[in-house]
Amino acid sequence: MIQMCDVPRYKDVDMEEIKKMQAAHVLLNKVEYEPKQIKKGYTDKLLTIDVTDASIKISDIPAEVKEKFVGGKGYCLRYLWDATNPNTKWDSPENEIVMSSGPIAGITQYAGTGKMLVATISPLTGIPIDSNVGGFFGPYLKFSGFDALELKGQAEEDVIIVIDGNKGTIEIDKAPLEHLDAHLIGEELTAMYADDENDRKHVAVVCAGSAADHCDLSMLNFTFYDPRRGTVRLKQAGRGGIGRVFRHKKVKAIVCKYQGIKNDLNHVHDISIINKTGVKYHREMATQDPKQNNMRKIGTANTMKILNDYDILPTHNFKFGGTPNIHEMEPKVFIEQWLTQGAADGCWYGCSMACAKAADHFKLKTGPYAGNCVVVDGPEYETAAGVGPNCGITTPQVILEINFYCDTYGIDTISWGTTVAFLMECYENGILNKERTGGLELNFGNCDAALELLHLTAKNEGFGKIAGMGTHKQKEYFAQQGWGDMKFMNDIAMEQKGLEYSEYGSKESLAQQGGYGLTNKGPQHDEAWLIFMDQVNNQIPTFDDKAEALYYYPRFRTWFGLVGLCKLPWNDVVPENNSLTDEPAKVPEHVDNYLDLFYGVTGRRIDREELLVMSERVYNFQRIFNIRLGKGLRKHDAIPYRSVGPVTEEEYLSRQERYDGQLVEKVGYTKEQVEQMSLQEKMAATRTYREGEYEKLINAVYPKRGWTMNGVPKIEHLKKIGMDLPELIEIVEPLQNVEP
Amino acid sequence: MMLNDRPYPDWHEGLTIQGVIEHMNFTWPKLVTKVNGQLVWPEDYPNVVLAENDDLKIHHLLAGG
Repeated sequence: MIQMCDVPRYKDVDMEEIKKMQAAHVLLNKVEYEPKQIKKGYTDKLLTIDVTDASIKISDIPAEVKEKFVGGKGYCLRYLWDATNPNTKWDSPENEIVMSSGPIAGITQYAGTGKMLVATISPLTGIPIDSNVGGFFGPYLKFSGFDALELKGQAEEDVIIVIDGNKGTIEIDKAPLEHLDAHLIGEELTAMYADDENDRKHVAVVCAGSAADHCDLSMLNFTFYDPRRGTVRLKQAGRGGIGRVFRHKKVKAIVCKYQGIKNDLNHVHDISIINKTGVKYHREMATQDPKQNNMRKIGTANTMKILNDYDILPTHNFKFGGTPNIHEMEPKVFIEQWLTQGAADGCWYGCSMACAKAADHFKLKTGPYAGNCVVVDGPEYETAAGVGPNCGITTPQVILEINFYCDTYGIDTISWGTTVAFLMECYENGILNKERTGGLELNFGNCDAALELLHLTAKNEGFGKIAGMGTHKQKEYFAQQGWGDMKFMNDIAMEQKGLEYSEYGSKESLAQQGGYGLTNKGPQHDEAWLIFMDQVNNQIPTFDDKAEALYYYPRFRTWFGLVGLCKLPWNDVVPENNSLTDEPAKVPEHVDNYLDLFYGVTGRRIDREELLVMSERVYNFQRIFNIRLGKGLRKHDAIPYRSVGPVTEEEYLSRQERYDGQLVEKVGYTKEQVEQMSLQEKMAATRTYREGEYEKLINAVYPKRGWTMNGVPKIEHLKKIGMDLPELIEIVEPLQNVEP
Repeated sequence: MMLNDRPYPDWHEGLTIQGVIEHMNFTWPKLVTKVNGQLVWPEDYPNVVLAENDDLKIHHLLAGG
């Protein structure tokens, strides 16, 4: 087992090279400002940067925006709406990347308080994508005087933006020499803008990676400096291609520098409540985590074997729910052989969950950095599952290598895993072959081919150009070439609204099919993760039960993104007596912690219901934003059959006893009838039944959410929740009586 | 015997909660378990013998990433 005390520091950057890079900068604009002191979690200031003309503007955030949109994701969507129009595409100059943390972000007394939300119109979906990210940038931006940052326009040459929250300066420079890959530019800019080594922890960098110049699956990296290792760590705003938009604007990086972290920079309403709540939580973390999820030892990948045991781990493009080779990559393998132990790996100060695990001095075997020994952040569960078993790969060394390269190239590991899994299934079905892939044998489990494809994608060469398009565009391209049957590809391509699925098999959980399909941004699990409640616990057996869960959880979980909180401390450890509560799945004590934190920071006392309404306003705003951009109706909530039931004979036969049994128990056939049915007849009957169930689920969920049967928010519901803004009514009014 | 409101087909004399957990391969550590509505703590799983008509609930407390 590798212990933190035994990990040597990483080699420092060459400061002579850094000086050359800095000397090549050309100042385009610089402004001085007086950083506004935060009051009760807010600065009420918006920073707008237009890289087309290098203009910098600071403006007030109106009280009505604060009231309706709270912060974080709410602010991101509000300002994105205002900047764009119904015809705005991802590459339109007016498309913005908006970042905002939220009022609770930056406190250091509770776990998971360093989150920032990022939103833009996505190159994958054409609608708003939002993604949350840890690291220091979100809090530093707020401490520097800004609740939100909007980035617009398109520069002619590569620029960096530097915000110094202590000096009160913002500058935009042409920056030609810095590298694009995140692990390099992160180190370079951290060293460049720190006064000395001790100062590096005061520098946070946002960057993408070299793939983001052409790959639609590209994401943003957010750095934080790790003084014990002497290197920069990376966290990701992964989903939906935000990195592609960033690089299309020719932004190389945004740097924010702030020193002077202390316990009440938010100038909160009542710090004693926050202190008390924090101490209680930290005690719980210390005593319960070792008995529960072991987040402090392995992070989110603790669930890898568990999900395999319950037939939920996506394997071979979501065909199966587990792999017989799971022992090769189960948590104890990562803990004992790969991930450094004994380090408080939090991505923001005060996080006792500390789940940002790392593999240290990992020697790369392939690609442009072969032979280098690097720090690999992760793998998170989603990464390990997506680039691992979903692609037939169970070798930790390969998973870590893909993890590293995805991060530094700026490629979202979730979309990458799901995309490669799709390509592998296409290859095994003859839709692709060696001629079409440029010689890559993309069979499930081919580690060399998976890595080579990643490097080609980063270079925009060969079949890598196709891989970088994402699953939705790939299937259209393959059909245009006459390579494959569109119906089959629609069944197996695990994407919806243009976004690749995250890494949970949902076939046996109707509620989770809705948890993916009835989302705003596409099939990401951060709105509603109901598999165990539904599939295993059978706690929500009726349509009404499932609909209630699909009403409650998206609202509850949206709130984290409004205020700057990480979701993980909510339920990845729970109080010892949680099982005695009425609704253990909601972790009531932690919900009350959040109400106390919100009051302690803002001085505004809300109850559990008001928390939900705060989210519901933003949730409906996002739904109508989708409609404004041409998606957001019932037809856009359709999901691929692979997420619902067995597409292929191989899948059906792998769970034949289950599926045959369900034809009797659920569909109404007799045992004798099932015995006489052909395999094709049984598959067809299963499909008709399961697809019908999903439609019934939608029929139950939409009314609960206050939407028409076409998925349009009703005006009366918008009035009820206080979100009947004129610009929203204008969009939904003509659709109130339109049938699906 | 019912497990999570579904018939449990493998009941037998002497079956304990621990036996059900092992048979079902319930490997998740955060379980909330009730027999006929009465909470049972993990340390008692090996000792609680289940009757043929018992209503057993084993709820996994797991709500995703």
